[in-house]
Amino acid sequence: MAEYQNIFTRVQVRSPAYPGVSLGAGNLFRQGGTRFSYWLGKIGDAQIGPIYLGATGVLSLVFGFIAIEIIGLNMWASVNWDPVEFVRQLPWLALEPPPPEYGLSIPPLHDGGWWLMAGFFLTASILLWWMRTYFRARALGMGTHMAWAFAGAIWLYLVLGFIRPLLMGSWSEAVPFGIFPHLDWTAAFSIRYGNLFYNPFHMLSIAFLYGSTLLFAMHGATVLAVSRFGGDREIDQIVDRGTASERAQLFWRWTMGFNATMESIHRWAWWFAVLTVVTGGIGILLTGTVVDNWYLWAVKHGVAPAYPAIEPGAVVDPMATGAMQ
Amino acid sequence: MKLINRNGFVQLVAGTLSAVILAGCERPPMDTVQRGYRGLGMEAVVNPRLLEDKVQANVPPAALPTTDVGGPKASEVYQNVHILGDLDVASFTRLMTAITSWVAPEQGCTYCHAGEDFASDDVYTKRVARVMLAMTQRTNQDWKSHVGNAGVTCYTCHRGQPVPEEVWTTDPGPAHAKGLAPSQQNIGAPAVAYASLPYDPFTPFLEQENDIRVISDAALPAGSRKSIKQTEWTYGLMMHFSDGLGVNCTHCHNSRSFFAWDQSPPARTTAWYGIRLVRELNNAFIGSTADILPASRKGPLGDPLKVNCATCHQGAYRPMFGAQMLADYPSLSKLSGKAKDVRVQTAELKAPDGK
Repeated sequence: MAEYQNIFTRVQVRSPAYPGVSLGAGNLFRQGGTRFSYWLGKIGDAQIGPIYLGATGVLSLVFGFIAIEIIGLNMWASVNWDPVEFVRQLPWLALEPPPPEYGLSIPPLHDGGWWLMAGFFLTASILLWWMRTYFRARALGMGTHMAWAFAGAIWLYLVLGFIRPLLMGSWSEAVPFGIFPHLDWTAAFSIRYGNLFYNPFHMLSIAFLYGSTLLFAMHGATVLAVSRFGGDREIDQIVDRGTASERAQLFWRWTMGFNATMESIHRWAWWFAVLTVVTGGIGILLTGTVVDNWYLWAVKHGVAPAYPAIEPGAVVDPMATGAMQ
Repeated sequence: MKLINRNGFVQLVAGTLSAVILAGCERPPMDTVQRGYRGLGMEAVVNPRLLEDKVQANVPPAALPTTDVGGPKASEVYQNVHILGDLDVASFTRLMTAITSWVAPEQGCTYCHAGEDFASDDVYTKRVARVMLAMTQRTNQDWKSHVGNAGVTCYTCHRGQPVPEEVWTTDPGPAHAKGLAPSQQNIGAPAVAYASLPYDPFTPFLEQENDIRVISDAALPAGSRKSIKQTEWTYGLMMHFSDGLGVNCTHCHNSRSFFAWDQSPPARTTAWYGIRLVRELNNAFIGSTADILPASRKGPLGDPLKVNCATCHQGAYRPMFGAQMLADYPSLSKLSGKAKDVRVQTAELKAPDGK
């Protein structure tokens, strides 16, 4: 089984195309037929399709298409319908939320109204897609872990684009749609509120994010390393450990004294991933509503240490001393 | 054989891709200079290879040989001398020669002077030059808080060109579809170092006096309604500072707390005065020349070409890396003649024949 020591899948198990279990009443049809792709088989299962869209899937795609269309056409209009400029400037272009003076009122279409509309359609699309993940899992008799994890990400999305702007009383507080613009917005957001790194929920979110990648690497590596002993049958081994699990767990007990189990490691991973966005959303929600300057908040609560001055004699705000020519 | 070809192809693609991706990067290693307490990242990062070229490009021209002091005053020999009349003729001529080499080396005297009659004010550039002289003297005498003793000369901005390399006018933005409110940002604009930030941070902050400060000075909400959009304007201005001076944020700020003065490097105070200086230059001096400038010296909205940080600094944290040019031309270091009355000079100095 040395094939498992490669960076990509060496083993492609080919069987006749399998459309999946039969669907009960209340389901629509699956479409697209089945194909096999050698190259996709390198990173996953080689069988492509059939896909189940159903009502929520179709509506989600339609709403998503409308949102992308509104965003794209606004971007294109902002370069005067010039196709070359549209492509050249694409990373910079954006659909901005309304200016602050509109508050929470409905702005005219040309001055933020399109942003509001794109946000509505995108949110509808995402929520419909969430329903799809929930109902498809139910249709397969699965648990709904996937849907709730996705809901964590939607929480962060809604806090940024809807809940926090509502609490702040202004749509202008929301994120623009655009590649560089949303990144510059993020930096400006942190600057405005006195450095987000001092926000404890931001700290937690980062810890869970980095923790997720670490757990992902540890678990992936562990399972691949013991797959020669059948460790890839990890779900069986939740209740029937066998030599692969024993070796994997022994490895971690030897190296760090403690080990997860074949079941718990998946719960760890799920919670780390979900808590990344849940704590992140809480951190964003508190910013501007409850805390206005995270650095000063951290000083007040003894989180931010003081350091010696750069040069003797403190630098003083010229405006505070009334100094002006 | 086929395998080799495929590998060659993969290498070619990978090589081309990495070349494209890395094209915007500078080759390491960089030099890092620690400028604050250890472990805080308060450091200047310079590329020694690029710095070498930059230093070469910022060497000031050699000073003209000095002349014997004494002799008749310029105002006794020449007519219509408003600012430099108290200089002796030899020093006056030396300064005029220097100014020609700094501002109009190719065009020569007639860039400002009308042919035979050097006293004439017919050419608009001569009237503008008077305002510029007063502006230089005012800066050197009254804005030591920003320019220190190194001061400025015409060359600091002009560098041998009639119009300095780095100037700005109010930017009406690119063409956009009718019926769409311009967002005044989100194009790859060199003014803000190709960020998607507002592309004209100069008009609100370096001509008008809008509040640059956006960060709250209280831990908990206490009525500050500074928006994130407003923050992006300030951020845009700061990108210009950084780009224009060839420095990073930590030149003026401790980035853990951008607003806190007590943790900032002293350069922040210098920059604070610089903002006020530039506002005065753009309004009281350059702004006053608007009605005599031709369209070629104005922007699309009809405002004159104005100054920002980069006009003098041109990518150096001190213009010409702190060269002491002014020491060789002391007549530029304090207000003289009609320039002394700087509050009224802008209207009077530009009038033809002093009327």
